[in-house]
Amino acid sequence: MKKLINHPEDVVREELEGVALAHSVLVKVHFDPNYIARIQAPVKNKVALVSGGGSGHEPMHGGFVGYGMLDAACPGAVFTSPTPAQMLAATKAVDGGKGVLYIVKNYTGDVMNFEMAAELARMEGIQVESVVIDDDVAVQNSLYTAGRRGVGSTVLAEKICGAAAEEGHLLSEVADICRRVNHFGRSMGMALTSCTVPHAGKPTFNLPEDEMEIGIGIHGEPGRRRMELKPADEIVEMLIEPVIRDLPYKSGDEILLFVNSMGGTPLIELYIAYRQAHQIAIKHGLKVIRNLIGSYITSLEMAGVSITLLKLDEDLKRLWDAPVHTPGMRWGM
Amino acid sequence: MAISRDEVLVWIKTCAAVLAENCAYLVELDAAIGDADHGANMDRGFRAVMDKMSGIADQDIGTILKTVGMTLVSTVGGAGGPLYGTFFLQAGMKTVGKMEMNLDEWTAALGAAVDGVIARGKAEPGDKTMVDALSPAVNALRQASLANGTLAQALKDSAQAAKIGMEATIPMVARKGRASYLGERSAGHQDPGATSSYLLLKTAAEVWVKD
Repeated sequence: MKKLINHPEDVVREELEGVALAHSVLVKVHFDPNYIARIQAPVKNKVALVSGGGSGHEPMHGGFVGYGMLDAACPGAVFTSPTPAQMLAATKAVDGGKGVLYIVKNYTGDVMNFEMAAELARMEGIQVESVVIDDDVAVQNSLYTAGRRGVGSTVLAEKICGAAAEEGHLLSEVADICRRVNHFGRSMGMALTSCTVPHAGKPTFNLPEDEMEIGIGIHGEPGRRRMELKPADEIVEMLIEPVIRDLPYKSGDEILLFVNSMGGTPLIELYIAYRQAHQIAIKHGLKVIRNLIGSYITSLEMAGVSITLLKLDEDLKRLWDAPVHTPGMRWGM
Repeated sequence: MAISRDEVLVWIKTCAAVLAENCAYLVELDAAIGDADHGANMDRGFRAVMDKMSGIADQDIGTILKTVGMTLVSTVGGAGGPLYGTFFLQAGMKTVGKMEMNLDEWTAALGAAVDGVIARGKAEPGDKTMVDALSPAVNALRQASLANGTLAQALKDSAQAAKIGMEATIPMVARKGRASYLGERSAGHQDPGATSSYLLLKTAAEVWVKD
């Protein structure tokens, strides 16, 4: 294992210490239980947004805490859901009296821990709603699995719901907008290489030099199939076509096209992928009116890409464009 | 014969040692079909439990087990945290105020623990999860209990049933948890959750049965 770390056990704590020093204007980091909260929290009379998940997906979720996005993020151990204790402490720290929305990615651990946290928070009189994001079309048989995984749409939901909360919407309304993002968003990813969880010390899976995994999850869970490596244009086609067919996105739809690095793929390759994804979208008659390109929901150092489409309506467009100021996403202010 | 409060404490301490010993093994099983964190998570959780032991050494069995459960819920995360947390919390609810347990009482406690795991995780036998080791173990205890068997034999039977259940997960195709995303490719691997469940019950038989 070759990593820029000191000791596998200290990875999350030391990362959080770095975040605290780097972004003290935007966030405060609480240790034991670990959570990152917006510096102004609790914001009175605003619905608070809390998310969380295993570490190793940075900048998600901690990098999305700040104005116009999350009020708190709970980082678990690497690829491990955080605990109800973290979520409850974060919930109490950010509740501004208008309720708290949990944005939860559909993984067994995340869902169960957030369920327990919601039960505990409600016992303390805090209004909590949860929305589970499950946008990964790579998972074909939802009936015999834990269901579709939450991937790229999570980033978009956190941005859009954050803006809705800033506009002063009620908890039920922000939750509805979150469900709308999940309803209109679809993703699929692929891996060129595996990744190494620090405490495991070796790659999660072995992917030979001339092979790739199509439909990979963000923890190295396998996808639809393993196959020989192809040129970027063919790979992008294999990702975006099932995504377009799934909703389906129809000619004339206005969309946001999100091309995301799994952590190890550089921007130069992301733009090659974006170019092809954009062209295929146009061929289908889709109007790409917004985009996002970069490393936003990663899987440690895995090389690979994921593509997310989100169908936009007037509300979602306005909320996407609204100002945001977090360590990982900033515009309009 | 009964299981005393002190023996429950020994069981918990021994489980911590067994999980630490098997940390790399559980990580390896989890890397094959999950996300390579189960061993580290269980080890972290039980080390946190060890830090709490001095504070509960003179408490009843229910308080001890509930403390173990709450500690796991608040330190483990992942799927293991809520599931093993619920396991010990439910067992603790059935043993409130008890300073020792006979066979029927341990059967009731483990039965409630497993029912709690099933309710929280919504897994059924055959889904390739902890339930595949735990359910047969409870059934073995119930049979022994009905047949008026000895506690020692019942504990051995339940550990053996858990072992068979754990091994039976090898050919199964996972339908719950992250392994379910592998579909057919999950077959041929032993489930890490069933393995840790077996380790807990094997340890119970080893520390509670005095030959």
